[in-house]
Amino acid sequence: MNYSVPFFTILYKEVCRFTRIWPQTLLPPAITTALYFLIFGKLIGARIGAVLGVSYMDFIVPGVILMSVISHAYSNVVSSFYSTKFQHHIEELLVSPVPNWIILTGYVGGGIARGVLVGAVVAGVSMLFTEVNVLHWGITIAILLLTATLFALAGFINAVFADSFDDISIIPNFVLTPLSYLGGVFYSLAMLPPTWQIIAQGNPILYMINAFRYGLIGVTDVDIVLAFEMTIGFIGFLGALSLWLLHKGVGIKN
Amino acid sequence: MKALSIQNLKKTYNNGFQALKGVDLEVESGDFFALLGPNGAGKSTMIGIISSLVNKTEGHVSIFGHDLIKDNEKAKSCIGLVPQEVNFNQFETVKNVVLIQAGYYGISRKQALAQTEQSLKQMDLWDKRDVVSRRLSGGMKRRLMIARAMVHKPRLLILDEPTAGVDIEIRRAMWQLMQEVNRQGTTIILTTHYLEEAESLCRNIAIINHGQIVEKSAMNSLLQRIHTDHFVLNIAEDLQAAPVIDGYEIELAEGQVLNVAVPKSHGLNRLFQQLSSLGIEVLSLKNKSNRLEQLFIDLVQ
Repeated sequence: MNYSVPFFTILYKEVCRFTRIWPQTLLPPAITTALYFLIFGKLIGARIGAVLGVSYMDFIVPGVILMSVISHAYSNVVSSFYSTKFQHHIEELLVSPVPNWIILTGYVGGGIARGVLVGAVVAGVSMLFTEVNVLHWGITIAILLLTATLFALAGFINAVFADSFDDISIIPNFVLTPLSYLGGVFYSLAMLPPTWQIIAQGNPILYMINAFRYGLIGVTDVDIVLAFEMTIGFIGFLGALSLWLLHKGVGIKN
Repeated sequence: MKALSIQNLKKTYNNGFQALKGVDLEVESGDFFALLGPNGAGKSTMIGIISSLVNKTEGHVSIFGHDLIKDNEKAKSCIGLVPQEVNFNQFETVKNVVLIQAGYYGISRKQALAQTEQSLKQMDLWDKRDVVSRRLSGGMKRRLMIARAMVHKPRLLILDEPTAGVDIEIRRAMWQLMQEVNRQGTTIILTTHYLEEAESLCRNIAIINHGQIVEKSAMNSLLQRIHTDHFVLNIAEDLQAAPVIDGYEIELAEGQVLNVAVPKSHGLNRLFQQLSSLGIEVLSLKNKSNRLEQLFIDLVQ
């Protein structure tokens, strides 16, 4: 079988789904991040001054963009795949000869597409408040895609285990959002007390945000190589776990 | 060639319930096959395993010679499934439901569009192609599931109670359609609670109960095992007591209604002669119950 057909079928279906409901998927991040840039960047940021040698507004732009990418790549896959289970049309995929890795890459591809599109929307909004330049295109695009992939995979695993709509909101609300806000979006690691600096380094999102910030404006609190190694390592682990769950039929087969 | 071959199929659910206890079954290519059984007998579990929706515990399943585990993609390509419950995305249009399914089978978009049109026209749903599927009536939703199952031209079509809850007119139209699909060479496995449906459509039958096949034979030979037919006679005048005729069991249901058990060895002619000689005029008669129904009850009780 030509696997590109089922892959693009799933991807097309996923992209149509989130673009069809754009007031729920693409508009809110534009409004929320505009408020972030206005309040934190313009009003409060003017009093904070420079961070790592750049204006506070320029400092927070990369983190706010990547935080939106993380949140939307995750929520796209978790809500779409759980709905597929909930409405039983996962059975359409299970009865057909689509290999598990195509199912996974199709859904993850949908999550990446939404994450990147939302990232572009937020980047567009940020341009209303400051000049956005990309210093290292390769690093910026690579970490953007890797981060979106990682959190799309995490959303997939969440959906596999979810038994109710409550289950698909617990991780985003109580794990993902706190880790994102504490991942150095609004502050540099150097601004924290020494103990909190050590604790903060256990947060994987810190590494991705800093790598993305380095790609855009050339400043970082962490080692970029370590950030890439960590992200790729997590992708490998979550990808393998997702395929194993699909193979076993956990959460989708009786 | 065997369309379906099942050997020693077992399924034990996590709660310990053993739904299938070692099922062996073969369905010939081109057959119209009925799989019957009471609720909870194991029909849906068996169909779930054949269509890869349920993991088996033990045993082998092959579809047109392709092992369901070792040659999974080829085996799955041969199957079209019409499930009991509506399971398509109710936010998609009718056309997209079928078109997306074609994509899952690797059919290129151009070809998929042509086959979607053909499949929807066959099910008389082409006019509804742009309607969001949740707005369809119950009968249309069932037809949409058949169109979706047929879009990749499967060699084996599994229909799990396809006419449940649809009115008699649609049911008859669906029977015609299923017969036409079977005539064109598609093997059909049908589960149904309407035994009249199985008797009218299917050439071979298996009855499953408590996770085991309790009967498997040709429909004709099974029906020939019925030694007694039960009829309801409407008669012209009120009777006070049931007439007594040697060889027949007759009971008076109401004043003008008789229930008669007619052994096949005796036939109806002799009954009518005897009733005429007693001055009882028969206005009409009908079968008391479906013949297969009687056999089914005997086998599963």
